[in-house]
Amino acid sequence: MNFLRVTLIRILYAAILLIAVLVLNFSLMHAAPGDVADTIAQAAGGIDAEALEQIRREYGLDQPFLVQLGRYIGNVLQFDLGYSYFYSDKVTNLILSRLPATLLLVISAQLLALVVGVVLGVFSARKPNGILSHFVTFLALFGYSAPVFWTGLLMLVVFSLMVPLFPVAGMRDVTIEGGFFVQALDIAHHLVLPMLTLASIFLALYSRLSRAAMMEVLGSDYVRTAKAKGLSPRQVVYKHALKNALSPVITLAGLQLSAVVSGAVLVETVFSWPGLGTLAFQSILARDTPLILGILFFSALVVIVGNLLTDLALRLVDPRVGGKR
Amino acid sequence: MTEALLKVENLRIELTTRAGVAPVIDNLSFELGHGENISFVGESGCGKSMTALAIMGLLPEGVGRVASGRILFEGEDLTAASDSRLRDIRGNEISMIFQEPMTSLNPVYTVGEQIAEVLRAHQGLSARAARDMAADLLDAVRIPNARARAGDYPFQMSGGQRQRVMIAMALACRPKILIADEPTTALDVTVQAQIFDLLRDLRRDTGTSIILITHDMGAVAEMAERMIVMYAGRNAEIGPVEQIIDHPRHPYTKGLISCVPHIMATLTEDRPDLTEVPGIVPGLREFGQDRCLFASRCAYRTEQCLRQRPPAMAFDNGQLADCWHAETL
Ligand SMILES: Nc1ncnc2c1ncn2[C@@H]1O[C@H](COP(=O)(O)OP(=O)(O)OP(=O)(O)O)[C@@H](O)[C@H]1O
Ligand code: SF4
Ligand SMILES: [Mg+2]
Repeated sequence: MNFLRVTLIRILYAAILLIAVLVLNFSLMHAAPGDVADTIAQAAGGIDAEALEQIRREYGLDQPFLVQLGRYIGNVLQFDLGYSYFYSDKVTNLILSRLPATLLLVISAQLLALVVGVVLGVFSARKPNGILSHFVTFLALFGYSAPVFWTGLLMLVVFSLMVPLFPVAGMRDVTIEGGFFVQALDIAHHLVLPMLTLASIFLALYSRLSRAAMMEVLGSDYVRTAKAKGLSPRQVVYKHALKNALSPVITLAGLQLSAVVSGAVLVETVFSWPGLGTLAFQSILARDTPLILGILFFSALVVIVGNLLTDLALRLVDPRVGGKR
Repeated sequence: MTEALLKVENLRIELTTRAGVAPVIDNLSFELGHGENISFVGESGCGKSMTALAIMGLLPEGVGRVASGRILFEGEDLTAASDSRLRDIRGNEISMIFQEPMTSLNPVYTVGEQIAEVLRAHQGLSARAARDMAADLLDAVRIPNARARAGDYPFQMSGGQRQRVMIAMALACRPKILIADEPTTALDVTVQAQIFDLLRDLRRDTGTSIILITHDMGAVAEMAERMIVMYAGRNAEIGPVEQIIDHPRHPYTKGLISCVPHIMATLTEDRPDLTEVPGIVPGLREFGQDRCLFASRCAYRTEQCLRQRPPAMAFDNGQLADCWHAETL
């Protein structure tokens, strides 16, 4: 009961936050020089001032700011994010068509980083002066300091050009024919390098955090109690310590959802991965205001929903979050 | 007398700290008989918990180690036992409850599960049988509505209740020895008395031997047959509780006892803890020195005390005091 109430309140907050984001995005874009009419004019190869005015009137761009804002929010609430003049398609369609590629990339990278990061963290925490522990420190340093596009380019040069194991760009090879399985294999083949690149940032974060969390938990009183009960080292580490150490890692993973879109922009651009990131990049180059706004809104949606889900996931591992279940 | 249940012989525990290696426990010997209750008293930092952890084989990894001496449990030397043998003993034949009830339970498992786990590990009980027995144990430590509370998480319980859960967990396998390390220090006075009552009743019912570490002289007088007064990692005085209270042979014991006005007060009354004897405990670095470590605070000090560590002076009544002038006190 309580759980439901807390969740509903969280959803309400999330909705308010989303509207605030909408207002902010729209105001910022409005303040920036150039508008949709300019974009259309550009697409049409230049038109005269009168035609420009005509377009402005048609799209309501001559209306006062508040009126435009109100109409925009109204539209968004009806799931209408506007129309992209650059791509000649609805923004929602564009986003939805690019979403699967990004989700595939981001989720696989996150999962890889989480699993490997936690495993590295746990093993190195058990031997704080071992080789693995130093490796984690090094990895974290590397992950923090190496720019992701640089890592990506390095991967490309090494594993695609010098040792041609993986394709250079894209998500699928159009020349390959075959059933679902063949296609899936082809996509997986294309996925490896961008996924590794994106995972490298998260891996640094997760391995360090889980090592720190694990070290702290291993020194805690309840772990001493678990040992005093005569439990095996495996039970002490994986049953009693790990579940506690996971809370901060899950929280961080949730927060990283925000980095998903921004990180994906770079990785997708380097590998020409046909996802939201490349779409965002192109929309900015083309000054396609509705599309930029749409992607911004969508990113905010991802982050806010992600935080909600993180909260729910935390409740599953930690009964103290959010009171009695 | 039959073979003692636990026999600690010339135990020396060294701690490796940044300042070097120091003997936190220096040449400590004592015995614990079947069904006996022995109490450890002494100021903070004198090594009571270290002794307990050494018996459990749980000295802080990489920091503390048994440098010499033996810990014989039913004749078996625990300092030489394998890890897996120690795991068989821990929580099963020797168990321990800790000073900090608020943090000693795992926050993410129900208390019922945490008790049931010991039963599954040592008694090979099925999940269901262990769960049922956990509820019975909670009932035995007087947690009202035990069956329902078994599903509670530690954060839903008070400090006193958590310590009861710890006791239930420790007694789950009917251990031969229960080590209670200041089980009431973190609790308020009325709860303290309840916990002592509980321990005393459980001991009567189960015949478990108890090593009670405490600051509470009243509890010592009420619960224990013998006591050990420790000072700076060494034995100051050991012997039958009544004899020691009646006639302390070590100046430190004398000081401790005179601090407590009504030692024989009943358990439910509000009793003061051991108040400190004037002066301060020596730092860990001074622990190994060949002199009486109490000398700086002692009114009976002579030149000899500063030159040489006092040997144990034995008395006919079983008292043993590490003091050059024990006989004249
Ligand atoms: N993990 C550790 N690392 C280094 N020194 C430690 C560690 N644990 C304890 N010590 C030191 O060992 C000495 C003995 O500590 P111990 O915990 O046995 O004291 P105690 O008699 O139980 O005191 P208290 O009444 O406060 O519980 C203290 O001086 C303490 O500072
Ligand atoms: S040996 Fe000397 S200094 Fe130490 S307690 Fe006895 S009288 Fe005091
Ligand atoms: Mg202690």
